[in-house]
Amino acid sequence: MAEIEPLKNSERDLTKVEFSQVDQPGSVGLLGHLKGFWITFSTIFKKPETVEYPEVKAPTQERFHGRHQLNRHPDGLEKCIGCELCAWACPADAIYVEGADNTEENRMSPGERYGKVYQINYLRCVFCGLCIEACPTRALTMTNEYELADDSRAKLIFEKDDLLGPLRAGMLMPPHPMYPDMTDTNYYKGDVTQAHPSQDVNK
Amino acid sequence: MTTAELIGADPGWLITVKALLVFVVCVVLTLMSVWGERRLVGRMQQRPGPNRVGPFGLVQALADGVKLALKEDLIPAAADKIVFVIAPIISATTCFMSFAVIPITGPVTLFGHKTAMQLTDLPVGVLYVLAIASVGVYGIILAGWSSGSTYPLLGGLRSSAQVISYEIAMGLSLVSVFIYAGSMSTSDIVAAQTSWWYGVVLFPSFAIYAISMVGETNRAPFDLAEAEGELVGGFHTEYSSLKFALFFLAEYVNIIAVSALATTLFLGGYHAPPFLGFTENWLGGWFTAIWFFSKVLVFFFVFVWLRGTLPRLRYDQFMQFGWKVLIPVSILWILVVATLRVLSLQGAPRLVVVAFASAVVFLIMAVNIGFENAKKKKLEAIVDNADAPSFSLPQLPVALTSINVSNNKEGVDRG
Repeated sequence: MAEIEPLKNSERDLTKVEFSQVDQPGSVGLLGHLKGFWITFSTIFKKPETVEYPEVKAPTQERFHGRHQLNRHPDGLEKCIGCELCAWACPADAIYVEGADNTEENRMSPGERYGKVYQINYLRCVFCGLCIEACPTRALTMTNEYELADDSRAKLIFEKDDLLGPLRAGMLMPPHPMYPDMTDTNYYKGDVTQAHPSQDVNK
Repeated sequence: MTTAELIGADPGWLITVKALLVFVVCVVLTLMSVWGERRLVGRMQQRPGPNRVGPFGLVQALADGVKLALKEDLIPAAADKIVFVIAPIISATTCFMSFAVIPITGPVTLFGHKTAMQLTDLPVGVLYVLAIASVGVYGIILAGWSSGSTYPLLGGLRSSAQVISYEIAMGLSLVSVFIYAGSMSTSDIVAAQTSWWYGVVLFPSFAIYAISMVGETNRAPFDLAEAEGELVGGFHTEYSSLKFALFFLAEYVNIIAVSALATTLFLGGYHAPPFLGFTENWLGGWFTAIWFFSKVLVFFFVFVWLRGTLPRLRYDQFMQFGWKVLIPVSILWILVVATLRVLSLQGAPRLVVVAFASAVVFLIMAVNIGFENAKKKKLEAIVDNADAPSFSLPQLPVALTSINVSNNKEGVDRG
């Protein structure tokens, strides 16, 4: 495609610009006014567009940016490794993360580190989704939940417990050891599909 | 027996009962009409309107009233306290008073007493209504003045100028009704409409009254006094709590009162529509009240419809319309009606009446053609000397029928 260069003001000869007359709608006659009355009258019999919100909740768009969620591996270990990239990416400074080392007795996630403290301040969050883009382990994603109103500032700072996803079938509540004979690389490759009976240290 | 004689025989207790009934009917109608208006305007804008408080949101207006009454009652420091308190009382009482002469039913029996649902019947009933409406203006202007604040003052001035100028057109539109009915008493006017409604016979009067009653009640599209974007709330900006509720009540009772007057003067009052005259005896005559109120509700619907359809007028356009169109037209119409009435009363032959009527029609057409020609010439004159000045001038306020746009093909390509 040929490159189009913008016309410079010096090249533009205003005396040579052609003009032509275009009809304007002008003022409306009596029938035009009656048409307006007909519109309002006929709208009375149309179905209102209103969504009766608290009773009826219209689904959001599929990729609506709602409340965050901290995800788990299929055996229940947390995906968050406490790297703080989300907190650094956040333009509103709404995320606070403190990482800590995993030990054999207290293992929250595969690998070396896990997120010990994880807070999102929903009074600051602008739901831009940059934290989700920054997350290297897909630990942080957003849900479609939008009912985030509350009556105090403290309640709107969500802790890790509030943000963690639920335990689904085959998952075990951490802390527990990693799947036998698997490394953290296997976890990221998707080799672990559910918890192993040997992981359940509380049994 | 005329209605005046019928009512004249009322004992004191019956008058009290009727006064109470008028008050209750007005207040209940106000509550219902606030709800009805919000629902209707809502539907016109494709939304449901208030539907939470009570079934279909019916109790919404009552809930709002209770909330208003429980609000803190503020009187601004700069306000003239006595006048500030009196103003809403004037507004609220006057609008109820005009309802006293409105005949709501024909002859009925109330507690074994033969009477008619009309509080009193004055020989100058309609003049009394106009007088009361004029007193009501004091409520508005005093509220605006006593608030000690600019917006209410401007709103009050606007609103009183508006009400006063539209009252003239309103009063003039009623004159032809007086000429035809031969009386100013509301019950006599209703009785004179048994065969033909004045809304049909005197249609121009009816149209002028219908327009001026919207201006008179400060309603959209003539709600300049409460133009939110310009004047905050108009004359009642500084009012809160019950005093504000009184203004609110006054506005709606006023709408119902002017609608009731229009019903009485132009739509045959409590009489049934044509061919349904037999219904007037149903329920011992009480069925006429249903006809009366359904006519009033039709007017109310038109009020709401106007509000849902038309944008607000500019102040100068509004005043121009009132003074330069409505008032001259109604004066001319009165002349025509009076001449016709005199001709028919003096027993002039039918030919003379028809000749006069057609002469009037021809005159109107001739004037209209002349007016159109003058307008065209004016426009042409403006177009002719359009390129005369070599320096830039602000554009003349004429209605443009065409506009110059660039036809540069080169520019379009590059766009």
